[in-house]
Amino acid sequence: MAGTSPAPAETGASVIAVHGATKHYGVVRAVDGVDLEVAPGELFGLIGHNGAGKSTLFKMMLGLIPATAGDIRIDGSPVTGSGFRAVRRKIGYLPENVVLYDNLTGFETLEFFARLKGVAASECGPALERVGLTHAARRRVREYSKGMRQRLGFAQALLGKPRILFLDEPTTGLDPEAIREFYMILRGLKADGVTMILTSHILAEIQERVDRLAVMAAGKLQAVGTVQGLREQMDLPLWFHVRLAHDDFDHVRTVLGGLPVMAVEAREDHVAVECRRESKMLVMQALASLGDKVLDLHVHEPSLEDVFFGFSD
Amino acid sequence: MEIRQIATLAGKEFWDRIRNRWVLAVALVFTVFALVIAYFGGAQQGTVGFRSIEFTIASLVSLVIYLVPLIALVLGFDAIVGERERGSLDLLLSMPITRFELLLGKYLGLAGALAFSTIAGFGLVAVVLASQLTLTALFHFFGFMLSSVLLGLAFLSLAVMVSTFAADRTRASGMAIALWFFFVLVFDLLLLGALVVTGGKYGGEIFPYLLLLNPADVFRILNIFTLDDVRTLYGLATVFPRALAEPWLLGLVMAAWIAAPLGVAAWRFRK
Repeated sequence: MAGTSPAPAETGASVIAVHGATKHYGVVRAVDGVDLEVAPGELFGLIGHNGAGKSTLFKMMLGLIPATAGDIRIDGSPVTGSGFRAVRRKIGYLPENVVLYDNLTGFETLEFFARLKGVAASECGPALERVGLTHAARRRVREYSKGMRQRLGFAQALLGKPRILFLDEPTTGLDPEAIREFYMILRGLKADGVTMILTSHILAEIQERVDRLAVMAAGKLQAVGTVQGLREQMDLPLWFHVRLAHDDFDHVRTVLGGLPVMAVEAREDHVAVECRRESKMLVMQALASLGDKVLDLHVHEPSLEDVFFGFSD
Repeated sequence: MEIRQIATLAGKEFWDRIRNRWVLAVALVFTVFALVIAYFGGAQQGTVGFRSIEFTIASLVSLVIYLVPLIALVLGFDAIVGERERGSLDLLLSMPITRFELLLGKYLGLAGALAFSTIAGFGLVAVVLASQLTLTALFHFFGFMLSSVLLGLAFLSLAVMVSTFAADRTRASGMAIALWFFFVLVFDLLLLGALVVTGGKYGGEIFPYLLLLNPADVFRILNIFTLDDVRTLYGLATVFPRALAEPWLLGLVMAAWIAAPLGVAAWRFRK
């Protein structure tokens, strides 16, 4: 796994350091030898399909599930054992599909968690305000929409001004506007130096917002790096779509003869040519030599979704 | 141990039961049943109205033995498995609290709700009957209330233990009901059956000790042995040695019945 962004070791001690983390349920390897380092103040994305092992890895990092093997340290300390209370006080956690107590109001919910965290009750009001729930503070969670519950869960995670945030599928149930607001809050937290790790199964949502990301599949980290780094690392082929004036498939074949193309296919109204990135210009020149026999030409770069599925399949 | 966090968890459980009127409903059930028994318990003998505290307590003991374990088991069977199934357990466990603190906080809160409704329910009866009771009778009734609370706490402890073992709420409720059947209905029958089969030749001397293996029986002995009239009524004096019938000793046994299942629950829930 080639790190294409500054390795955390260069920028200071890792806030989250996972080495060889493994969790077996019988023969099922839910998490399988994961190594992961997240630097102070980094916004890190963990992406993968449902069932890839993201939530299990999260729970292991929080000390909720004992690891079968491996070493996990948060801010330099193990997550279990005598020092766990001090570690937990630095952490905010938003579980996947957060479930809160229907019979409590939004404010009472935060009061309850504030007491458990040993945080002053005076933090509850500002936390509600930060997620835009002040108007619903006195309403019971029973009456909350899915998005409001998610925001209340996020407010809970922010109690005690944690230095490290674990956000498991944080935007589930949020509408696009709320998602935008959510990432604005994250940007503010990042400016304050908070380290964050979040999971998602929607790449498009996090790709422009995280510093680095890891692709997880079948319990393993398949790749770690910046979005651009991953794209280069994958080296996925690209496609030319050529629309011809006449049905002249053989002619295309001839001009591409001897070039390192991977495939030439006749499709409904165009010819598709697949090649590697390094042969892109050669292929383009060959196709240009066809002159006015070509009506139109498109280049299809691999999308990040392709990159993602390339790693996770 | 962080007392504040335990108190927070206990407080939530307790106030949840106050708010959803669980405490009120259970207290009312106790009051109504107890008053009906006190006034109409002798109807079959042709008398209506309050007769004596001995008769009232003897009748109430039979009622409490069925009702209190059931209520306690229903109250506590989903304490842990319910949170797990709803999906709220992970968030609780991510707080700066230990698993034991979480378990203890939940138990204490539920225990508070159960104790409060028992004392309120039967306490109201004592208030209604107060004018007809002597000080000694009141003392007996107080002992009955206290032992009812202990009985409830013992079965609540068993219920919380079940809630740490069961994979889901359905199984937990099944296990809780099985425990009720075993301790309330089957246990005494098994002992009796064993005595009859052996013709009383063997095991006669360990029989009283075997009764201590059932919190419901401990409760019965606690109440019946303190009342002379009732003791002869039940014929228990012939099988139960007086030395074992010390209230403090039986109280200790009851305390063990509260602590042991909780200990098992803590062991089971440790990770």
